[in-house]
Amino acid sequence: MSLHEWNLTMPRHPFVGLANYAQILATPSFWQAIGRTLYFTLVSTGLELLLGLAIALLLNRPFRGRGLLRALVLLPWALPTVVNGIMWRWIDNPDYGALNALLTQAGLLHAYRNWLGSPWSALNMVILADVWKMTPLAALLLLAGLQTIPRELYESAAIDGAGGWRQFLGITLPLLRTSILIVLVARTIEAFKVFDIIYIMTRGGPGDGTMTIAYYAYTQAFSSLLFGKGAAISYLIALFILLLSVGYVRLLRPAQ
Amino acid sequence: MLTRRRTAVVALLAALAIGLGACGGSTSGGSTAGGQGSGMQPAQQTVTLRLLTMKQAAYSDQDVQAMAKGFEETHPGVQVDITFVPYESLHDKITADQASGSGVYDVVLIDGMWTGEFARAGFIRDVTDRWTPAMQSGIFESSKDIVRFNGRLYGVPWINDTKFLFYNKQMLAQAGIQQPPKTWEELLADARLLKQKGIVQYPIAWSWAQAEAVICDFGQLMFSEGGHFLDEKNQPAFQTDGGLQALQFMVQTLKDGLSNPHSISYLEDDVRQVFSQGQAAFALNWTYMYALANDPKQSKVAGQVGVVPTPAFSGKPAVGINGGMGLAITKSSAHPDLAWQLIETMSSEPVENKYAALSLPIWKDSYQQQSVIATGPELVQAAESQFARMESRPNVPWYNQMSTELQKDIQSALLMQATPQQALQRAADFTRQLAQQQ
Repeated sequence: MSLHEWNLTMPRHPFVGLANYAQILATPSFWQAIGRTLYFTLVSTGLELLLGLAIALLLNRPFRGRGLLRALVLLPWALPTVVNGIMWRWIDNPDYGALNALLTQAGLLHAYRNWLGSPWSALNMVILADVWKMTPLAALLLLAGLQTIPRELYESAAIDGAGGWRQFLGITLPLLRTSILIVLVARTIEAFKVFDIIYIMTRGGPGDGTMTIAYYAYTQAFSSLLFGKGAAISYLIALFILLLSVGYVRLLRPAQ
Repeated sequence: MLTRRRTAVVALLAALAIGLGACGGSTSGGSTAGGQGSGMQPAQQTVTLRLLTMKQAAYSDQDVQAMAKGFEETHPGVQVDITFVPYESLHDKITADQASGSGVYDVVLIDGMWTGEFARAGFIRDVTDRWTPAMQSGIFESSKDIVRFNGRLYGVPWINDTKFLFYNKQMLAQAGIQQPPKTWEELLADARLLKQKGIVQYPIAWSWAQAEAVICDFGQLMFSEGGHFLDEKNQPAFQTDGGLQALQFMVQTLKDGLSNPHSISYLEDDVRQVFSQGQAAFALNWTYMYALANDPKQSKVAGQVGVVPTPAFSGKPAVGINGGMGLAITKSSAHPDLAWQLIETMSSEPVENKYAALSLPIWKDSYQQQSVIATGPELVQAAESQFARMESRPNVPWYNQMSTELQKDIQSALLMQATPQQALQRAADFTRQLAQQQ
């Protein structure tokens, strides 16, 4: 399909070779969408990993009510993305949103802001919504990794006089490498094709500020009925994700 | 090593999933209907008609359900199954449904600018020969326009709508303003006064979100400046004269603090909420806002809501933007005759009159009916003069593509990232290319 000029409103779908790809690669808005998507992917994956790790470390320590807290932490992740998106749209509402109310009452903000009203702020608010939802998954995966690390290692390290930070760098991090890799790859792929949360929260606006690459493919195919172009963009997305994943694997391959 | 291989497999699977998604991408929610009921079945068999409509503006969900119920009562054995989606999802939902080749819906609600696109794509049926003489003579010409393409009719208008100027009577009285504005210049002067007196922080609320909503407000302003989206040769005309002045007007009201700066993320229903909360003195919106803003259960300003035709620029005639929508039979429907009967019932004069409070009838005669006038004398009066002079957004098969680009460019001007000239020029270049490719 990506090799045809496939305009649904036209009776014929002539073969055009790589023309769709050439056209897309020459479109500035495609590259802007790629740039935005990379930013989204890096920031959201990075934050999810860091926060997830912090939560996992916390939940790995024994304390009262740990089981309950472990279950509670998963709640945002259990929420459907659509619900999450609608919820955050309400939180970010410029006139009666909870975020405005909270920040104003805390004295951090003197006038209500339109969080989804400028391209830069909207993109970051969508990232915030994504991080809120997906951090629990990262925490869960990392917690599972943490539990496989034998306690004896820490005990012997403590006997050798290694402090908490040394233990973390020397034992936890290396042994958690596989879990981190899984989180990174899974979240990068997910984040790179982010679509639903954008569809719900901003529909690519304002001023294309949240037009990520998957949403761009969607508008080409379904709003403009250019299925050939939409398909070509989707293949390009797949290619980008493949490159990213290969990069990760190289980066985090255990030294041999 | 194992990790590496596993990861590569994950990546490949993900890539494949996306690629396949793109090819078959049009699978929609359900996959029933379609083949059901081919050939004559025993009379007892129930037939389900699936109707896709929208969940905002015009008729409320309850109204539509009541209409369907009325139809079921007179058509035993027929069940009407209704799906409501937000307006913003409607176009793409129809596309996904029909492009899949096994569409689920029998009757779909279409906006006027999609008629050409859907007709050319073969998503909806030509129903010109089903139109009765009574329909031909009784329905507004401007309403027929919305389902007409190349001289043929592809549906029946169901919603007759245009944007009105709503105002808060109490706020205007407080500011000593005797009567609502008739021109955009008067409106700005009033807004300035309201702001100066501290009666309302941002006097005007608009629906300028990156959606069709912003095109409607822009189009309304452009039409009242005598501008057009396209010229007779279907070449872009919005970047000059009327269109340019409209966008400059929009940007200036933001700079002056007369328009609510949050307008940039408002859809029509957000405008209704803001107005109903008493946070705006003026708002441009569709018919449905009148009843809802006057409903004490949903509005703090009930009883203070005034409505007049949209202003003109001084010296120019007032022109309303055509916001009518129609019902069409899908190509995939297995029951086109029943689908037609459903459409005929839902758009019939008695039914339209009965539910006139939220959406005004498409029938000329309705405006003489006491029952219709009683739903809101002020509104019906405003409607009469507004419906007499309406202009439509262009009904070309590539309208949606043009609109998508224009929405983005208008927003870049509203965000002060580009001047109105630059923004519209960009959209015009894009549109010129589009027109050429056809």
